[in-house]
Amino acid sequence: MKEFKILAVVVFFSLVTYWLVEPLAHSVLHKHVDSNHFTYADLPALEKTGDVANGKELVMGAGACTGCHSLEVAGISASMDPVTAASSYGVNPPDLSVVGAIYDDKFLAALIKDPASALKVSHKFDPDSGKMHPMTQFYGAGGDMDQEVADMVAYLKSIAPKAEDVTPAVAFENACGRCHSVRYERWTQMGEKPMFKFKKDEYRFDANVLEYQEHLTKYMGKLPPDLSMYYRSRNVHFLETFIEDPQSHMEGTAMPRVGVNAESAEKVIEYLADSADTLRDDRERIGMYVMIFMLVFTVFAYLWKREIWKDLH
Amino acid sequence: MAHFEKANSLNEWLDQRLAVNTLQRVLQTEYWIPKNINFLWAMGMVLAITFGILLVSGIFLLMYYQPNVDTAFDSVNYTIMREVGFGWLWRHVHAVAASVVFLIIYIHMFTGIYYGSYKKGREIIWISGMLLFVAFSAEAFSGYMLPWGQMSYWAGMVITNLFSAGSLELNGVVEWIRGDYVPAQAFLTRFFMLHVLLIPLAILALIGVHFGALRIPHVNNQDGEEFDFDVEAEKYKAGDKKSSKVIAFANDFLSKDMFVVAVYLVFFFYLVFWNYGFAMDPVNFDPADGLKTPAHIYPEWYFLWSYEILRPFSKDIGLIAFAFAQVIFVLLPFLDRSPNAVPARRRGLFFIWFWLMLIDMIALTAMGKLPPEGIYSTIGLVAAVAFILLWIALPIITMFEKKV
Ligand code: HEC
Ligand code: HEC
Ligand code: HEM
Repeated sequence: MKEFKILAVVVFFSLVTYWLVEPLAHSVLHKHVDSNHFTYADLPALEKTGDVANGKELVMGAGACTGCHSLEVAGISASMDPVTAASSYGVNPPDLSVVGAIYDDKFLAALIKDPASALKVSHKFDPDSGKMHPMTQFYGAGGDMDQEVADMVAYLKSIAPKAEDVTPAVAFENACGRCHSVRYERWTQMGEKPMFKFKKDEYRFDANVLEYQEHLTKYMGKLPPDLSMYYRSRNVHFLETFIEDPQSHMEGTAMPRVGVNAESAEKVIEYLADSADTLRDDRERIGMYVMIFMLVFTVFAYLWKREIWKDLH
Repeated sequence: MAHFEKANSLNEWLDQRLAVNTLQRVLQTEYWIPKNINFLWAMGMVLAITFGILLVSGIFLLMYYQPNVDTAFDSVNYTIMREVGFGWLWRHVHAVAASVVFLIIYIHMFTGIYYGSYKKGREIIWISGMLLFVAFSAEAFSGYMLPWGQMSYWAGMVITNLFSAGSLELNGVVEWIRGDYVPAQAFLTRFFMLHVLLIPLAILALIGVHFGALRIPHVNNQDGEEFDFDVEAEKYKAGDKKSSKVIAFANDFLSKDMFVVAVYLVFFFYLVFWNYGFAMDPVNFDPADGLKTPAHIYPEWYFLWSYEILRPFSKDIGLIAFAFAQVIFVLLPFLDRSPNAVPARRRGLFFIWFWLMLIDMIALTAMGKLPPEGIYSTIGLVAAVAFILLWIALPIITMFEKKV
C-alpha cells in the first residue's frame, strides 16, 4: 500500500540520520578503549600463599601500614584528623578495614611493594628529583619479601567483609571518596556531610572541607571533580575503562589507577548511578505502563478511524 | 440592547451568546479537507500535539527551575530529577519533545516541498511555517541554555560570537546580546525570559497565522489535483460521501489524525523512557565551566546542517553562507518558477533536485557533528557548496519546466 511505502521512506531517512549523528559520530569523537575486565594483566600473579597471623604482625608492625592508615575493625583509629593528614600526605590515607574486599589481590601486593607504579602515577613521582609518593614503599621486614607481602594481603583479606556484603556506598567511599565529592549524595572528601542544627557548625565543617580540598588540590595539581552527575555525563563503558586505567583515557592524569576488582567497580558505578540517575527503576516501570496505555489507545484510535472511514470510501 | 429569546437548552443558550454552532460548523464539520491525502498530512496535528506537550511539561519544569548561574544546574539535575515527584518524567518528556519536534518539522517541510504545497495561493502558509521554524529554533536554543551545563555555556558562547559578523568585529553587539563579556547571569536570565515568555507567545501567534493561512487555499492533496471545494462539499452534505472529493475536518480527518498521533506517541514515549540520549547530550550533564572548553563543541542535531554550512569556509564567507542558509528556505515559493503545483514525481528535474537536497542536508547534518578533519571536512565542504549550487539551480531548472 502507498502509505506504507511512504512510511518506509520516512523511517529509512530518519534512521540513516540517526545512525550518522549518534552511533557513528560518537564512535569517531570518542577514543575507543577496550576493557580488560579488571584482570590487571601487567601485574605479577601472587605466587605465595599468605599467612594471616604473620600478616597481622607486619601490617601493624614492620609494614608500618597503621602508622599512616587507620584500621577500624582492629580498633586502630587514625593518628591524625583528615585535614592534618591531608596537610602531611596531600590526601587522607584510607581506612584499611575493607581494602581486602574491594581491591584486586595482585594489585594490593604490587601497591605495597611500589605504590607509584601500581597506581600508575610514576610520571608524577620521580625519586631522583626527590618527589616521593606519600605512601612509602615496603622494603621488606628481613625475610622473603614476596612472602611478607602475601601475608599482609592475606591478613587484609581475612578481616575484610565478604565481597557481596560491600555496599555501593562503602565501595565508593573507600576507593574514591578521599579524592572525589558527590554532593548529590552529601558526600565530601571528609565523609558524609551531617545535617547540622546550627549554622556555625555547618560553616566549621565546610571550612574544614575547603581546607582539605586545598591540600588535595596541591597534591593532585587540580581538584578532582565532583562525581554527582558523571553517570550521565559519561557512559558506563567510559567509567569502567577509566576506573580500570585512567591513563588509557587521559595520558598523564594525576588520578591513580585505584586497582579495584570487577565486583567493586560495578558497585562504584552503581553508586554513581544512584546519584545521577536515581529514579531509573521508576523510569523503567512507569515506561511499561505508559507503553501499554499508548498501545491500547492506538487500537481504539484505529477502530474509531475505521468506523468513520467506512462511509467515506 | 440586543434582543435575546429565552433559551431552551444549554446549547441554545451558548449559541445565542457565542455562536457555538456556527463555530463548530466553520471550524469542524464543514471545514473541508481533500480526501486523497496520506498520513504525511497528519504531521501538522502531530506538531500541534508535540507543542502542547512541550507547553505542559515546560510549565511543570518552570515550577522548580531556578534561573541563576549558581543554582540552575542543580535545580534541574537534583531538584527536578530527584526530589520533585515525576520531575524526571517531565524533564525527559520536555527534552525529547524538543528534539523530536524538529524531526517532525523537517518531515512536514519536506512533505510541503515534495507536493509543491508552497505556491499557488499557499505562499503565506509556507512563510508562516518557516517563521515557526525560526521561532522553534530560537526556543530550542534558549531552552538549551537553561540547565547551565557545559554545552549550554559553550554553545551559547559560540553562537552569540557569530553576531560579531566576522571581520567586522562587532564585539559590542555580542556583549549587548550577552549583557556581559561572557555568558553569565544576565545572559541566563534573558534567555530564560525568551524561553518561557516571549518566544512561546510568538509561537502561539504564528500558529494562529499558519492555521488562518490554510483556510482559503485549503490543504493540498497527494495528486496536486485542483477541484471546486464548494461543489464537492455540496455532494458531501447531500450524503454522497463516497464520491465526494472532500471530507470534513471533524470527525473524518480528525479520526485519521488521531490514529497517526497515537502511533507517533508510541514512538515518542519509547524515546522518552528508553532512548533519550540523542535529545539530552551527555556533555551537558557537566556543569558549565568557563575555564574548561569541551573537546568537541557541536549544536543539537537539528542545527547541524546549518552549522556545517558555516564551518568549511573561511570566517567571512562561512558567515555569509550561513546567513544564506537561514533565509533561503523562506524564499522557496518565489525561487520555484514552475507553473506546476504537483508532486515532485511528475516534475522532471525538480524531482532530482528534491532528493539531492534531502541527501545533501543529511550529509551536512552528519558532517556537522563529526570532527572537521580529513575526509569529513572534504565531504562537508562539497555538501555545503552543493547546497548553495542547488539553490542557485532551482530557479533555472524550474523555469524550463513544462506545464503538466
Ligand atoms: C607513609 C604513610 C603510609 C604508609 C606507611 C602506608 N600507606 Fe597506604 N597510603 C598512604 C597514602 C597517603 C595513600 C593515598 C595515596 C593516594 O590516594 O594518592 C595510601 C593509599 C593506600 C591504599 C589505597 C590505594 C588505592 O588504590 O587507592 C591502600 C590499599 C593502602 N594505602 C594500603 C597500605 C598498606 C597495606 C600499607 C602497609 C604495607 C600502607 N598502605 C602503608 C600512606 C601510607
Ligand atoms: C588520589 C585521588 C583520586 C582517587 C582515589 C580517585 N580519583 Fe578520580 N580523579 C582524580 C583526579 C585528580 C581527577 C582529575 C583528572 C584530570 O582531569 O586529569 C580525577 C578524575 C576522575 C573522573 C573524571 C574523568 C574525566 O573524564 O574528566 C572520574 C569519572 C573519576 N575520577 C572517577 C573516579 C572513581 C570512580 C574513583 C574510585 C574508583 C576515583 N576517581 C578515585 C583523583 C582521584
Ligand atoms: C512554552 C512553553 C515552554 C516552557 C514553559 C518551557 C520551559 C522550560 C524550562 C523551565 C526548561 C528548563 C528545564 C530543563 O532544562 O529541563 C526548559 C528546557 C528546555 N526547553 Fe523548554 N519550555 C517551553 C517550550 C519549549 C519548546 C517549544 C522547545 C523546543 C522546540 C523547548 C526546548 C527546550 C530545550 C531543548 C530545553 C533543554 C532541555 C534539557 O537540557 O533538559 N522548550 N524549558
